[in-house]
Amino acid sequence: MIPAEQIRQFITTNFYLPDPIKLSDDASFLDSGIIDSTGVLEVVRFLEESFGIVVGDSEMLPENLDSVQNLVAFIGRKRSESVP
Amino acid sequence: MDNPVFLLHDYLTDSARRLPEKIALVCQRQRLSYAEIDARSNALAHALVRRGVGRGDRVAVFADNTIETVVSFWAVLKANAVVTIVNPQTKVDKLAYLLNDCRAVALISDGHLAAVLAEAAARSTHLRTVVIFGANDESRTGRLPGAVGWDHALQAESPAKPPIRRSIDIDLAAIVYTSGSTGDPKGVMLTHRNMLMAATSITAYLENVEDDVILNALPLSFDYGLYQMIMAFRMGARLVLERGFTYPAQVLRLIVDEGVTGFPGVPTMFATLAQMKTLGEFDFSRIRYVTNTAASLPVKHITMLGELFPRAAIYSMYGLTECKRCTYLPPEYLKDKPTSVGVAIPNTELWIVGEDDQRLGPNQVGQLVIRGATVMKGYWEKPEATAKKLRPGPLPGEFVLYTGDYARLDEDGFLYFVGRMDDIIKSRGEKVAPKEVENVLTNIKGVKEAAVIGVPDEILGQAVKAFVVLEEGVVLSDKDIVRECQRCLENLMVPKHVVFVDDLPKTTTGKIKKTELA
Repeated sequence: MIPAEQIRQFITTNFYLPDPIKLSDDASFLDSGIIDSTGVLEVVRFLEESFGIVVGDSEMLPENLDSVQNLVAFIGRKRSESVP
Repeated sequence: MDNPVFLLHDYLTDSARRLPEKIALVCQRQRLSYAEIDARSNALAHALVRRGVGRGDRVAVFADNTIETVVSFWAVLKANAVVTIVNPQTKVDKLAYLLNDCRAVALISDGHLAAVLAEAAARSTHLRTVVIFGANDESRTGRLPGAVGWDHALQAESPAKPPIRRSIDIDLAAIVYTSGSTGDPKGVMLTHRNMLMAATSITAYLENVEDDVILNALPLSFDYGLYQMIMAFRMGARLVLERGFTYPAQVLRLIVDEGVTGFPGVPTMFATLAQMKTLGEFDFSRIRYVTNTAASLPVKHITMLGELFPRAAIYSMYGLTECKRCTYLPPEYLKDKPTSVGVAIPNTELWIVGEDDQRLGPNQVGQLVIRGATVMKGYWEKPEATAKKLRPGPLPGEFVLYTGDYARLDEDGFLYFVGRMDDIIKSRGEKVAPKEVENVLTNIKGVKEAAVIGVPDEILGQAVKAFVVLEEGVVLSDKDIVRECQRCLENLMVPKHVVFVDDLPKTTTGKIKKTELA
């Protein structure tokens, strides 16, 4: 499964969405009220467990975590960082 | 010569007159001056009046911490109406309840919330006007009574002056809804005078000045968050408004970039900070004060805050929506009395009473009573609930507030909070009424009975724990239960723990014995 799919599945399974089908790749989780502060910690745990990446405190930013698209890009960046 | 300040929005108009170009608000990467906020709120006030909002009418603002929420608050006051800011996570049933409880005639909201607001507005009995800002889903909101876009409404009005002033200071300015043990939210009625006094008293002990830059990451629907804006505007200071503490690193960066001097928080935020490992890279030397309220500050966090904000005075405080704030601990006493919530705020008086209503002495635990100008006028149209809290005071015609909290005073007259007389849960510093969650649980198909309690939680203060008894032959998972709760309740009310039990402990009269649940 490609990252975008995995992420989508995680979000729709663990959080309440009034319209799961309508979750576009660029939809802000914060704006749509899907995820709040404890939710973000779950997302971080999911990233660490499913993609083996470590999320630093200063990386917990909307640019990295606040939409499917941002998460995919963030995962991509982190993975390419760890390539020797 | 300054005009006397009689109404809450005089804070804005006075600051706009004195400091028109000063940046009052930093929010969503925009910077707005006092003059701009004054102008926009004038225009919106006219738009509301034009659409029939009259003196004393209630107007609900259902939105997150945004520029429009700020503008709307002041606009409603300028329209001589009564404002109630509703938590954006509120779901349909509760929003419909709130709109009908206060018979709101107008609703100002964010297009992002279209799904919830449309359904609730459709059920509302008195709503005549809906002003929508941001992305608008016309398919949902177009058919609502008096639906109008924000830009469209404001453009048609002159921003130069507010509508004619009709309120006086003992008129209501706001209704702040709060949860109670019965589960039905109650509207705390606050007059202009209540709120002016609260802002005056608090800015006095915090020693707020015009140069302050106050960060607010607390909901404006919560009085603690709301007053950050009110106090900032009172002083002609600057408010940096964030939606929440969801992305702590972002908020901390903002604190540094904006030169924030005041940081109000709740224990959850401080617990989050405590777990971060890279705090050393932030320069917090400009923070001059940190405040905590809504739940007690663990001593380990007091220590952490002292180290993290080395130039800051730390204020432990305690209060209720019903009187805004009761006490504060002068920072110089934090070391000696770390678990105290301090002394009465300026111009407020307090005492402790026993079961027989007699005043108690030092170190005797009893109910805390508050006397002063910040005490609410009552709960909106709930005379019985009001009568339990407001009782006659020493002078004819006055009322004092029976807080429903247990507390004690030490020999020096410093207050210690002991516990709530009802069983409200405090999660992330905000109240969760077990009954409200229980109502949702018992409504779930297959659930026979449910009981909800608070259990200690390192980050949240208290976490919501639900004990659920299922009907015969029914199989449900804890995820099913949680999902249903997410659908009907604000996030912080959704149980963190769900336990299925065969039965709930009961008293001889059939009431659930929560003291036996853990």
